[in-house]
Amino acid sequence: MRIPASWLGEFVDLPDDVTVEHLHEALVRVGFEEEDVHRFELTGPVVVGQVLSFEPEPQSNGKTINWCQVDVGESEPRGIVCGAHNFAVGDKVVVSLPGAVLPGPFPIAARKTYGHTSDGMIASARELGLGEEHDGILLLSSLGLDPVVGVDAIELLGLNDFAVEINVTPDRGYAFSIRGVAREYSHSTGAAFRDPALAVPVIEPAETFPVVIADDAPIRGKKGVSVFEARVVRNVDPARPTPPWMVARLTLAGIRSISLPVDITNYVMLELGQPIHGYDLDTLTGGITVRRATASETFETLDGKLRTLSPEDLLVTDDSGPIGLAGVMGGAKTEMSSTTTNVLIEAGNWEAVTISRTARRHKLPSEAAKRYERGVDPAIAGIAASRVAQLFVELAGATIDPLGSSWNEAAAPETIDLPEGFVDGLIGVPYSADEVTDALTMIGATLESTDTGYRVTPPSWRPDLTDAPTLAEEVARIVGYDRIPSELPVAPPGRGYTREQQLRRAAAQSLAFAGLTEVLSYPFVDEAAFGLAGATQAIRLANPLDPAAPFMRTALLPGLIETAHRNLSRGLTDLALFEIGHVFLVDGEYGSGPVPASGAYPGADGVAALDASIPPQPWHVAALFVGDAVERQPGSPAVAAGIADALAVVHQLAATLAVGIRIEAGSHAALHPGRTAEVFAGDRSLGHAGELLPALAEQSNLPRVVGYVELDLDALIELGAREVLTAPIAGFPAATQDLSLIVGTGIPAGAVLSTVIEGAGELLEHATLVDDYRGPGVPDGSKSLTFALRFRAPDRTLTAAEASAAKAAAVALAATRHAAATRE
Amino acid sequence: MSEITPEAVSTATEAALAVVAAAATVSDLKVARAEHTGEQSPLAQFNAAIKGLPNDQKAAAGKLVGEARGRVTAAVAEREAELAVAEEQQRLASEAVDVTAVPLRWRQGSRHPLSLLMERMGDIFVAMGWEVAEGPELENEWFNFDAMNFDEDHPARAMQDTFFVDPVDSHLLLRTHTSPVQMRSLLSRELPVYVVAPGKVYRTDELDATHTPVFHQIEGLAIDKGLTMAHLRGTLEHLATAMFGEGAQIRLRPNYFPFTEPSAEMDVWQPNAKGGARWVEWGGCGMVNRNVLRAAGVDPDVYQGFAFGMGIERTLQFRNDMNDMRDMVEGDIRFSQQFGVSV
Repeated sequence: MRIPASWLGEFVDLPDDVTVEHLHEALVRVGFEEEDVHRFELTGPVVVGQVLSFEPEPQSNGKTINWCQVDVGESEPRGIVCGAHNFAVGDKVVVSLPGAVLPGPFPIAARKTYGHTSDGMIASARELGLGEEHDGILLLSSLGLDPVVGVDAIELLGLNDFAVEINVTPDRGYAFSIRGVAREYSHSTGAAFRDPALAVPVIEPAETFPVVIADDAPIRGKKGVSVFEARVVRNVDPARPTPPWMVARLTLAGIRSISLPVDITNYVMLELGQPIHGYDLDTLTGGITVRRATASETFETLDGKLRTLSPEDLLVTDDSGPIGLAGVMGGAKTEMSSTTTNVLIEAGNWEAVTISRTARRHKLPSEAAKRYERGVDPAIAGIAASRVAQLFVELAGATIDPLGSSWNEAAAPETIDLPEGFVDGLIGVPYSADEVTDALTMIGATLESTDTGYRVTPPSWRPDLTDAPTLAEEVARIVGYDRIPSELPVAPPGRGYTREQQLRRAAAQSLAFAGLTEVLSYPFVDEAAFGLAGATQAIRLANPLDPAAPFMRTALLPGLIETAHRNLSRGLTDLALFEIGHVFLVDGEYGSGPVPASGAYPGADGVAALDASIPPQPWHVAALFVGDAVERQPGSPAVAAGIADALAVVHQLAATLAVGIRIEAGSHAALHPGRTAEVFAGDRSLGHAGELLPALAEQSNLPRVVGYVELDLDALIELGAREVLTAPIAGFPAATQDLSLIVGTGIPAGAVLSTVIEGAGELLEHATLVDDYRGPGVPDGSKSLTFALRFRAPDRTLTAAEASAAKAAAVALAATRHAAATRE
Repeated sequence: MSEITPEAVSTATEAALAVVAAAATVSDLKVARAEHTGEQSPLAQFNAAIKGLPNDQKAAAGKLVGEARGRVTAAVAEREAELAVAEEQQRLASEAVDVTAVPLRWRQGSRHPLSLLMERMGDIFVAMGWEVAEGPELENEWFNFDAMNFDEDHPARAMQDTFFVDPVDSHLLLRTHTSPVQMRSLLSRELPVYVVAPGKVYRTDELDATHTPVFHQIEGLAIDKGLTMAHLRGTLEHLATAMFGEGAQIRLRPNYFPFTEPSAEMDVWQPNAKGGARWVEWGGCGMVNRNVLRAAGVDPDVYQGFAFGMGIERTLQFRNDMNDMRDMVEGDIRFSQQFGVSV
């Protein structure tokens, strides 16, 4: 909401030298956040001039300019070049003299043009910041003005005013009016408030204009209209211009001046917060009926669009059919025009839900709808309609007709019990009784003492005041939030982070320590992306930002690929990225039926049903490696990244989270078929590690070799050791031996290692593969795997014979299981 | 073989000592030792000859030869030690590297600062006995809106702000704030409840310098008997001090949120801001609306409390003097690597 200072000053005392800062500071104290400031960005000298003579001079470019002599109240007239032709000798105009700056900024100087020195500029309305009119220069007579030549046009046109823009929260619709903001300014500063509603002489219709309210389909049990006020004025002079002060205020308030009748209705809406619709009375047929639309009924709104209506839309109709989409927009047939002389003024109080749904359905977020959605004072409609009629009389030469209608079924505000001490108990401030009652009285509530506290009747313009906490907020706000002290509450002893939280963090920290960089990518993917992650289904968004990527990720891979590509495109070559985030899986049905309403506990079963509507969203951890794992350095060649790095992440996480894992050859839609490992804990698959399919890497603008690993972090954490029961660490000497086994090349070394460990039995403390040799000495189709073995007994020094026996047992099992032979 | 005389022993000893002293390397010394202490050495031969002497001369000769052999053996040991030191020094000298150009088996890693900031804020609350609560990012509409006292016709529920899951009548969406975790905490925990909930949230804003469709918030909720707005301010001031240093303050301004009443916008006084101390808008807060407690089955006449929430991106932006939101979401490793593993 934009508040022109001069307008605000009509209803509340402002300091003489009121500033933007003062207004913003005063209003923010009572809860209106500062948004902006608006001014006519111009400085003088800009004065009233009178055209004494002009000479049309055709130019070589086809234009004709006028060489004018203009009296600006100085001893000599000024010579000014003007391109417009809509004026005559004797017209009074606005002249910007050299030194002036018009909005733009557009500085004015005496300058040579078209063979003359133009000693200033005759301005159009648009050049002054007064709307869009640029068909010619601004003739002051068109505004009904005949000022003295040479006077300051900035002051004359109200261009020295400014407006502060404030954010009005959805609960405070009354502040979408100068009236409401003036009241709030008064609350903030103590300055005297003069309610403009009380200054309007209310016109009581002497004769009845027929109005029928027939809402037979209230939404959510609420009737679509609670007040319908109508007044009639006749003999409007269509030639009357909107006075400049009104144009200036509307402009500052962000509303374009259109015509005097339309401007008057907008002006009153801004002043009192009551949206007004004016009908050209002569275009109406019969009386007015308010009803819901019928299915497939159509209506042409005044923006010229033919709209197909919904049975939820509320209509204002006459005998010819719809004439207005109630509270949202009027109709094309009955709108006020440049020939309108008789006007039916409508001020309705339309119900918020009906209006909000209609405005949304037809994408018409109008100024009127904005106010109704937030609540309009039901007591103001008759006053506002009367104020409009009064302005038609004052400014447009109209007369008041006895016809009209006054229908008001608005419910009186419900009283609220405010127990004694309630405000103190919620806000934490020991308010005096006077502070509480004064604050509530100040905002317009009435109080009645009861045995337990007060019974409070909120003012008609505050539909947001519905329970004791809303009243407590008013007291806190009016007295000032600065009064609230600071006190640290003492929580009961906590249990710290959960195991899952600790381990997720440990996983992330360990990867960072291992040289990977964490990224957080967007989860929106296209169909190809979830396919390559191995999923057949994904959750789709109804309104994605990018229609090409409407799905939620089923794996972290697509985001990592995109992030890697972005880094590469910026000239980085070696990447080790990781991400820990949710993926979104489809596992059967998802979604719920209509959800329970606000403010009521749905019961344990209700909550369980809502919970069950949500698809699984496990945490995943994934990493991507591109370029070199170790850079080329002096005397040390580069080590290219690949599956080794991916597997290192697997082992790193398994160690960090204390999970026993097993690596097997596997397959994955996005991975190199010969370089894919599947990670297991027992029988449970935890994910894959390997290298991307070269074709996929190429298609993603990545190098051919890209290491990738993605694991189900929830599963890793779930399977991790809970409480480690420690075994004593034996101090007896170890015996180390190497073992070389010849096996077929197709047998995975990991399987042979498992066999060796199993076969060697309990004395084997540690075993690791140290060599894989193929070549002379080893038969074709075979390989020689060398394992380093470390044996130890927990209770004695092991003899070489015992170690050799254990090794022999390992060899025996490997021979049975893999047809392995020892290599001499 | 000459006679064992003091002169002969002395001559042999001096000769041995001279050779030992002259040994320039460990292998020279080895040769010298063999020559002058070995079985064929003069001193060894003197020693062997002692047993052939008359008994009355054995003692004197033994002493004479023994002392001589002792001197030579000691000299060898001493020289051996000297040479060992010299050789070790030579070896160390030859092993020297340019420490500014040693090839490293290291790669810089780092966490994302948004993750770090959420963890840090979590730590501050856990230290006060609060716990960290979680909830799904893809939520049922009830948790995100209805339970948080958003009327079904509330403008915030319009399509333009919220990502809805297809079909829309599945009543699923991407949570627009971390507030649904308030409801989940109240439903799943014993009262009193003191939790914070950091996490990812979604709104349909295109990415630009100040907006991102995916961002992070931290939510706080305390429900107990007798909590007031003073406790809210105290909690926020504690957080502000921990995050921004001594001298941080909290300013509350009236505002509106469906899920709190009274509601406030909070500003923080950032004492160490680059360019001078200043007030910065930080987030929203208030006393939990009675309808939120009712939706969780909590009696609002017995329990009351406060809630607050702030943007993590925004906090990082003004705390660490960052201008462009895009740096936080693009995943350029140079950005995260400025932070390492702490923020």
